[in-house]
Amino acid sequence: MRIALADPPMTAILALTRVPGFTGPIEEGQSSGMAGGPIRQGGQHRVSRGTSCSVRLGRSFKASPPLLLATLVLISGCRGPQSTFADAGLEASSVAALFWWMLGGAVLIWFFVIGLSVYATKAHPGAHSDKTGLRLIIWGGCVFPTVVLTILLVFGLQMMPDFRAPANGPRIAISGERFWWRVFYDSPAEPGVARSLPHEGIESANEIWLPVGRRTELLLGSPDVIHSFWVPAIAGKTDTIPGRINRLVVEPTREGLYNGVCAEFCGTAHAQMAFRVRVVSQEDYETYVAAQGQPAAVLDHPGLDAFLANGCGACHTVRGTEADGRVGPDLTHVASRETIGAGILAMNEANLARFISSTEHVKPGVQMPSFGVLPDEEIAAIAAWLGSLQ
Amino acid sequence: MQLDNRTRDNLWTLISTPAVWGVHFLFCYFVAAYVCAPNTRIFEPIGGVRVAIALATLPALAFCAFAGIRATREWRAFRGDLPFDAPTAEDRERFLEFSTMLLAALSFVAIVFTALPALLVQDCR
Repeated sequence: MRIALADPPMTAILALTRVPGFTGPIEEGQSSGMAGGPIRQGGQHRVSRGTSCSVRLGRSFKASPPLLLATLVLISGCRGPQSTFADAGLEASSVAALFWWMLGGAVLIWFFVIGLSVYATKAHPGAHSDKTGLRLIIWGGCVFPTVVLTILLVFGLQMMPDFRAPANGPRIAISGERFWWRVFYDSPAEPGVARSLPHEGIESANEIWLPVGRRTELLLGSPDVIHSFWVPAIAGKTDTIPGRINRLVVEPTREGLYNGVCAEFCGTAHAQMAFRVRVVSQEDYETYVAAQGQPAAVLDHPGLDAFLANGCGACHTVRGTEADGRVGPDLTHVASRETIGAGILAMNEANLARFISSTEHVKPGVQMPSFGVLPDEEIAAIAAWLGSLQ
Repeated sequence: MQLDNRTRDNLWTLISTPAVWGVHFLFCYFVAAYVCAPNTRIFEPIGGVRVAIALATLPALAFCAFAGIRATREWRAFRGDLPFDAPTAEDRERFLEFSTMLLAALSFVAIVFTALPALLVQDCR
């Protein structure tokens, strides 16, 4: 029996590798259909014997400017505050290292497969013997992938315990809620089965501060649907699941401001359920948390009156005032955050006013209704007051 | 070539190695889950479970090796052209031997992969 190497899979591989510049026609040898494919003989499917097809590469692969440009644009997204390659956390660094190893392995395999196709079509275009084919399948299709997978498995397994080493830093509870993040510093929460995250500790929202070089324990829960907490620059993602409190221990290694996202589709505004993570020194972290524990800074302002008069306090808490709602984010120190609307708008008075008046337009799917019916002066006053809550 | 103790293969000999793989897989996951599911002492070593998995793995691997070597010997002794699909007793026997050999190799690798975490991870992390 002979095995025709230029079988449909090989033809498919060559078809897939066609890029602008590759114009080589796939020519068929002796058979009329796909050479080497199953053809009917006497009512039985049999692998055709003694058939082969030669595949000729017309011109060699040529780099095309649009392709190069597109590649450069895509590669430019591999850095920045929302990239695993930012190298800002122990786990993210390991994941990035694993990625490079796997990429290297994949490139080697790609060259190996393409080398085989060139060998089978250019260097040795004729039909191959049964023994050669079997040897190729056993070594190339069985032994080689098994060895590669074993190496990757051992590599990955050795990484895992370090990611889950015990915490030696603060404990922060984070609740993924449609479509924002509730945060409690110094939380008493414990991982495991739980009805909900305990609403205890120093509350904040949509921004998480972490001390650099410490292993901080994040306890993740959700009161509504499954979300996924992900700060690509620092660590891998972990789901927040209603009825459970999951634990993620992160170890930031570089100070800076990073982006986090919800990585599990959770509803209309899922793509706008972001947050910021600021990695600071231990001293700055302690100062920040102590400040977050204080009541609101400005309690004598027309904006506060408008805020309370229009019922905002039914959903939002501003410690030190009558507003003690639990539905939306705690706004006690809202102006100290980088963003509003869960990472979607920069923090400033204009954006605060915009969010209040056109909430559903700015963030479709948000639970808060738009308050565009309020007089502009009231909206401006509320925005000015919120903008002063450092 | 004449072989001593030559067996007649059937569907039971064919599926014996995947069955051993399945039982080994269930055993490993069951004992690990039984010890680790409480999720309270994840940093404590689980030496007992690792020894139990090792004790289950060695005979499972030995069986797969035995079944694979036996099938390979018999297939090699009589060889013949693939794909052994003629409606004859001889072709059926070759087909079963060849398939048993492949399944034994697959099961062997799968059992190694199932046991590797127990070899490399010392606790419930």
